[in-house]
Amino acid sequence: MEKMPKWADVVLIPLISLLLAAILSALVILAIGENPVEAVNLMVTGALGSTYGWGYTLYYATNFMFTGLAVAVAFHARLFNIGGEGQAMLGGLGVAMICLYIPWPHWSIALLAACAGAMLFGAAWAAIPAYLQAKRGSHIVITTIMFNFIAAAFLNYMLVNVMRPQGSQDPATARFPEAVHLPTFQSMFSTAENVVFRGAPVNISFFVAILACVVVWALIWRTRLGYEIRAYGHSETGAVYAGISPVRITIIAMLISGALAGLMAINNVMGEAERLVLNATEGAGFIGIAVALMGRSHPFGVFLAALLFGFLYQGGAELALWTSIPRELIVVIQALVILFTGALDNMVRMPLEKLFLSLRKGAE
Amino acid sequence: MEFFVTLIQVLDSTIRLATPLLLACLAGLYSERAGIFDIGLEGKMLMAAFFSAAVAAVTGSVWLGLLAGIASSLVLSGLHGLASITFRGNQLISGVAINFLAAGMTVLVAQSWFQQGGRTPSLFGGGRFTPINFPFAESLSGVPIIGPIYSELLSGHSILVYVAFLMVPATWWILYRTRFGLRLRAVGENPAAVDTAGVSVVGLRYAAVAICGVLCGIAGAYLATALQAGFVKDMTAGRGFIALAALIFAKWRPWHAMGACLLFGLLQAIALRFQNIDLGGVVIPVQVMDALPYILTVVILAGFVGKAIPPRAGGEPYVKER
Repeated sequence: MEKMPKWADVVLIPLISLLLAAILSALVILAIGENPVEAVNLMVTGALGSTYGWGYTLYYATNFMFTGLAVAVAFHARLFNIGGEGQAMLGGLGVAMICLYIPWPHWSIALLAACAGAMLFGAAWAAIPAYLQAKRGSHIVITTIMFNFIAAAFLNYMLVNVMRPQGSQDPATARFPEAVHLPTFQSMFSTAENVVFRGAPVNISFFVAILACVVVWALIWRTRLGYEIRAYGHSETGAVYAGISPVRITIIAMLISGALAGLMAINNVMGEAERLVLNATEGAGFIGIAVALMGRSHPFGVFLAALLFGFLYQGGAELALWTSIPRELIVVIQALVILFTGALDNMVRMPLEKLFLSLRKGAE
Repeated sequence: MEFFVTLIQVLDSTIRLATPLLLACLAGLYSERAGIFDIGLEGKMLMAAFFSAAVAAVTGSVWLGLLAGIASSLVLSGLHGLASITFRGNQLISGVAINFLAAGMTVLVAQSWFQQGGRTPSLFGGGRFTPINFPFAESLSGVPIIGPIYSELLSGHSILVYVAFLMVPATWWILYRTRFGLRLRAVGENPAAVDTAGVSVVGLRYAAVAICGVLCGIAGAYLATALQAGFVKDMTAGRGFIALAALIFAKWRPWHAMGACLLFGLLQAIALRFQNIDLGGVVIPVQVMDALPYILTVVILAGFVGKAIPPRAGGEPYVKER
């Protein structure tokens, strides 16, 4: 017998966790001498009050959808991929190489190639930790953390010593050629008299991210591979008994996860910066953890959670601009969301389960 | 002779840089030996670094700063214990949350208290740990070889450096020669057996997590009040993860932990001093030195140089049988 109805598990628990995180965040804002209500007002107008605000919110959300999906796919195989950050950095390297070294006639073909390159590089960066976990039992969490640092050092080397244009001091690649610039929402949705999303970085990658959500959903719930991944995540012994190879599933799930994290680069590197800079990922790989936990590892949940974090990110930037509250407030909120939806999940779940059990007894 | 002087200087800075790694590494050792994985070492150090510097700046007393640092680190330890012991949550996710909590809160509070863009005022005078000079250090410095080793390398560090290195034999003794240590190791390998013997698994694990908090607190205070004069944003700069790497490198043993931390400290000292190293035609870029601790750890984890086997019950919450 289920301890509580499915809707409570899927909707109620994340909402309560979110509420707890919000209350604590409000207390934090109060403690540093600011008004939480005003702060929320500022965030809402800043992030959702104009097409410009929406443009940034959706841009951030695009990043978080990719990294959130990456963490979610790994979660389904009960693997914790903290390496999204490093995989996204390497994805950026793949995108930069494809955009810089191959002359593309049109952005659409370049986008397809860049997607392939980003996925390839991201997956490659996840491949070594995956292999070590599957074959040699090295803990994937530790190896992916280490690979984040190695990726940062590697990218630093590539940008400073190899890809930096001659005469430039900046550790960054040259600008990508005009032909590979992705269409932004501004150019897609503006009419002659009414310009929308002016100057906002949101671009066509947003639709790629939504497509990725749909594909991941289909993969996890509508294919044999997805079934095997979920089965392995539920019970390794059960999966082995059913003839599913743990080595194969671990490696494939991590490759998909790395590819999704890498795919983020088409948004931040190709769509926004139009060159590869140091720290291009800005911690989006880690936010993916919060997004996947919040979204209960379901692509639709990830989509919603990514929108929420996109809102928080843009709203937080506006707060930092207009008040003395620094951007790091978002990091605190992110930490609280991870804490309540992830680590303290049982704190919310146990009392709720008791409540539903007693309700059911009362009804019988 | 010039080579010798350089060598002494590099080794001296190795000791300074290895100290926070060693404290954090031993902190992780207690926690992980008791079966609680802790990837939140970084966050606890950062929190302690801020609060120690902040309190030292306001009161002018570095000792009050140290206490505040330890207290703040203990609060995060308590949170980790609550999530991973009491509520049997995922220890790794809890660690991730703690790292972000510290990264955000330190800047938020620093900005609110000091308005200096997420840093504390610079510490001076009684707000910092000062070097301790060994007796006769001055007069012996002229003696060849031994003089510089004694007066430059061994003498002249802050008290926390000596505390860190004394913690190594102390940890060995506690772990392998006391009843508490035996139980601590047992609870990380087979908590059910400890429970059967009538010893509280929860109590032992909280004790281990608390020791971890104290040591991380000292490590953070060392960073902000001894190694540097004040807190700056993200000043731990991945040291918590290097300490974690050192812990795996040392296969969860105290003396080896010291060796690993000295090795990683040496790598940092070399990277700091030489930038790109020219080995007769082959230039080793500084980024390789930065990445080397992590690469070495992956190689160790891969089992190519002896296998690193973590405590068996590590990462699993203990559920008492009914």
